[in-house]
Amino acid sequence: MKQAFANNVYDCIILELKITDTKQKTGRIMNHKYDVIVIGAGVVGAAVARSLSRYKLRVAVVEKEADVSFGTSKANSGIIHAGFHDEPGSLKAKLAVAANREFDRLCEELEFPFERRGELMLAFTEEDVRILQFYFAWGKKNNVPYMELIGRERTLEMEPNINPDVMGALYAPTAGIICPYEYCFALMGNALENGVELFLNEKVIWLGKKENGEFEIDTENGLKLNSTYVVNAAGLYADDIAGYLGITDFKILPRKGEEYLLDRRVGNLVRSVIFPVPTKTSKGMLVIPTVDGPVMVGPTALDIEAKDDYATTRDGLKNVFMHAQKMVPSIRSSDIITSFVGIRPVATGNDFIVGATKVKGFINAAGIQSPGLTASPAIAEMVSSVLLKEGLRMEVKPEFNPHKRMSFTRVRHLLEERNFGKFREIIAGNKNYSKLVCRCENVTEAEIIGAIHRGHTTLDGIKFATRAGTGRCQGGFCTSRVMEIIHRETGMPIEQISKKGKGSEIFPIPLRKGVSRG
Amino acid sequence: MDKTVEALVIGSGPAGMAAALALKENGINEILIVEREDAPGGILLQCIHNGFGLHRFNEELTGPEYAERYINLVKDKKIEILSGTCALDIVDDGDSKKAILLSEEKGLLEVSAKVVILAMGCRERNRGNIAIPGTRPAGIMTAGLAQKMVNKSGYIPGREIVILGSGDIGLIMARRLTLEGARVKAVVEIQSYPGGLNRNIVQCLNDFHIPLYLSHTITKISGDRRISSVEIAPLGESREPQNEKSFTLACDTLLLSVGLIPENELSLKAGVILDKVTGGPVVDSNLMTSVPGIFACGNVLQVHDLVDWVSEESAYCGKAAASYVRNGLLKGREIPVKPGNMVRYTLPAKVIAGTEAVISLRPMAPAQNMSIIAKAGEKILYKKKEKKIFPSIMLRFPVKDMPEDAGCIEVFFSAEDKK
Ligand SMILES: Cc1cc2nc3c(=O)[nH]c(=O)nc-3n(C[C@H](O)[C@H](O)[C@H](O)COP(=O)(O)OP(=O)(O)OC[C@H]3O[C@@H](n4cnc5c(N)ncnc54)[C@H](O)[C@@H]3O)c2cc1C
Ligand SMILES: Cc1cc2nc3c(=O)[nH]c(=O)nc-3n(C[C@H](O)[C@H](O)[C@H](O)COP(=O)(O)OP(=O)(O)OC[C@H]3O[C@@H](n4cnc5c(N)ncnc54)[C@H](O)[C@@H]3O)c2cc1C
Repeated sequence: MKQAFANNVYDCIILELKITDTKQKTGRIMNHKYDVIVIGAGVVGAAVARSLSRYKLRVAVVEKEADVSFGTSKANSGIIHAGFHDEPGSLKAKLAVAANREFDRLCEELEFPFERRGELMLAFTEEDVRILQFYFAWGKKNNVPYMELIGRERTLEMEPNINPDVMGALYAPTAGIICPYEYCFALMGNALENGVELFLNEKVIWLGKKENGEFEIDTENGLKLNSTYVVNAAGLYADDIAGYLGITDFKILPRKGEEYLLDRRVGNLVRSVIFPVPTKTSKGMLVIPTVDGPVMVGPTALDIEAKDDYATTRDGLKNVFMHAQKMVPSIRSSDIITSFVGIRPVATGNDFIVGATKVKGFINAAGIQSPGLTASPAIAEMVSSVLLKEGLRMEVKPEFNPHKRMSFTRVRHLLEERNFGKFREIIAGNKNYSKLVCRCENVTEAEIIGAIHRGHTTLDGIKFATRAGTGRCQGGFCTSRVMEIIHRETGMPIEQISKKGKGSEIFPIPLRKGVSRG
Repeated sequence: MDKTVEALVIGSGPAGMAAALALKENGINEILIVEREDAPGGILLQCIHNGFGLHRFNEELTGPEYAERYINLVKDKKIEILSGTCALDIVDDGDSKKAILLSEEKGLLEVSAKVVILAMGCRERNRGNIAIPGTRPAGIMTAGLAQKMVNKSGYIPGREIVILGSGDIGLIMARRLTLEGARVKAVVEIQSYPGGLNRNIVQCLNDFHIPLYLSHTITKISGDRRISSVEIAPLGESREPQNEKSFTLACDTLLLSVGLIPENELSLKAGVILDKVTGGPVVDSNLMTSVPGIFACGNVLQVHDLVDWVSEESAYCGKAAASYVRNGLLKGREIPVKPGNMVRYTLPAKVIAGTEAVISLRPMAPAQNMSIIAKAGEKILYKKKEKKIFPSIMLRFPVKDMPEDAGCIEVFFSAEDKK
């Protein structure tokens, strides 16, 4: 993402996007005034930023991590839910169902991977069948379209790999799957193309209101920013942010979810997203097709104490596979290729909190637990309406362009299709397409450079943006090459190149000159 | 077609180069070696320690020195090497093969060849494949990546190191990082015996007082941005970790040396059938794969511990491939080779009757006073006493004069009678 490299001494990368003057930032005081500052660059912050980029406004997003989506938004199931899981009348239900319809248009404008595969909630007992009917009724109330209760035969016909003991299913064809970080990058990328500014590696440590009614924001690195409005999209830490202004009417409780990704070799075990009947705290453990091909299983749902407990556990793994195998018996834990933890920001009251607060100009978009990824475009629209009501002038910018401008070719797709003619063409246009960097996923140097120029300068950021390092060898081969390219393109010294920002450097220790023999 | 050759060799490690030289010596002139790195030599270029070439050259060479000898021979014979070029795909094209290459300099190329020799080497297994519970911080990497960075670029990953797996690369890195001032706190091995060569245990661990924990595994990884500690537990009778006996070691780096996997994605695209145990192609005694005209040698075929055997195997492969170009497919009855008692795998999968063959194998577990025996029916083709056998040491021996009617060749270990 385009960013102000505020705390870095090395030369800033050349960005195709307009960025705020870095020299000014070395002084650390930025008396820039914005109309709206969004705190947090997760899917909610990114969606809000993009919505606001439509208007003649000065908008900045401030994010503590080194890249967009590095909080909860990169670590989830990637499902665009149909909307029958949530209680009628809740904000979760209303916004998820409204947002689901938006995805075809969004995907067309922003070119992120999205496929409507449908959801199946399976019943294995008579009791389960009654539960399906219950959720069917909820779905009807929530206005979920095209839902059906289907029998055993049809369920097995649709999904031949599921347990033949299945008795029937609730089928919702409008559900989809998405690549969550690509979606976030696309939202933020488009916001930046339309004039929004993004500050990465800037943790907000204080927020106050000055006498003139303006907000003042301080970051850990000493950056000061001012604005008339603040949108609180700080995910797990939204209660801390609100707390700076004395808003203490909600708390964010972390709920952990472990997910396990299986090797591509396992194949397409399922076409649709496979659910059990839900539990009290979650939608249960699912078998999830991903847009990239591999099957994912998870997530667990465990209320935890610490907001940074990102450890997978033996119990979690056992639990996930026990439940997943009940639905799809051929799933094996020996096929795990990688695993991760995502933490849901659950607000007291259990619903999303979107709206104005007792502090004028401070808008919450907090407690965005599941289905937050789904609801994100509707949350953003709701935030815009609240801002308008709160007195923000929102004139539409005629030059707003909803379409992703910096699209690039993915060599991987051309090779899969064996479309060598097209491949020759793009190499003729840019020689860097002939330099293969990641051999497992077939990512070329041109794609890596493209990602760096869009502001992704950590290994994880580049991995999410290009897939380099996500394949079988998990970066064993391409890590050193990607590091060289980052070094060359940004001037960042090798020892500062990190996995996911400061403190996570890969090779932090340069040796003295003259290497000994080992 | 951008180019037509008699033989295309994919990979310029010791395997590719030895195969190309043998092709040339056996009368094949139009040879192309492609290498996706900027320079030929393969994995040897990052192995700056010595111990290479004892069998082949009767000398202790470093990896780069060993590679250089071959690079010079290849240059002398005027065999073309196209570096910075990755083979992406191989498809059938009449009685030739068509390879799709991506060259940094020349773009996308189509090359037609009578034979293709696969010599792509192997890659390291990683954490994902072994699913250790815990966080996913920086500071966890394969030993080979650390080796490449320290030896080629001059950076080390940290100062307090734990190594999971006792494969040779991990052992060598234990010593390498110690020499660079890091502290290697433990090498943790899940098996009851080391994965690497005994010589490396002695020279890389014992000489530096680095503890080796056999029958232990890492049960948890902690750390937010960077790894801060690992939890290590011994394995019980059932080979499950005994968590109540676990202990924690603080560290800032975890190196993985948990095995190598032959690099066969390209082979799969070409339709080559792989062996489940070796991860390499199923081959006959000429080292030809299930696709006629495609041969394989070196680490892509089976993971070797000694480069000398790589060179030997690959020279054999090059010779057989040359004969294929000249005389076409060798016809004859195929006698299957089967692994028996204590043998983890044997290679090749079958021998063509009336020819000679070299059989490679690895034992299932360490043992002493065993005889390795190859038998066809009642006839003993080969028998040799081995004082000690280790899974880390590959055994190779020739067989010939098979009985005409042999149903199969069985290779097994038999306990020596104590005399
Ligand atoms: C396991 C799991 C599975 C899920 N599956 C689905 C699903 O399939 N479908 C679905 O619709 N939803 C799903 N969700 C929910 C979805 O992921 C979340 O609702 C969504 O990502 C929340 O987005 P967010 O922007 O509010 O939070 P985040 O992505 O966490 O963004 C908040 C950002 O604020 C930043 N921040 C915090 N404090 C500060 C500070 N002081 N200064 C600066 N920046 C700060 C953080 O670094 C972070 O980047 C799932 C969640 C989990 C955990
Ligand atoms: C870290 C390490 C330490 C070792 N230490 C010792 C030791 O101390 N003593 C000893 O005797 N042996 C040692 N060995 C073993 C020995 O070095 C190897 O067995 C030998 O290098 C294998 O040779 P190879 O040619 O099969 O593979 P490699 O040397 O790996 O060569 C394969 C080549 O193919 C290229 N390639 C792969 N795919 C493609 C493609 N699609 N297109 C183009 N090119 C491609 C690769 O870039 C590479 O250059 C060690 C091995 C390793 C990995």
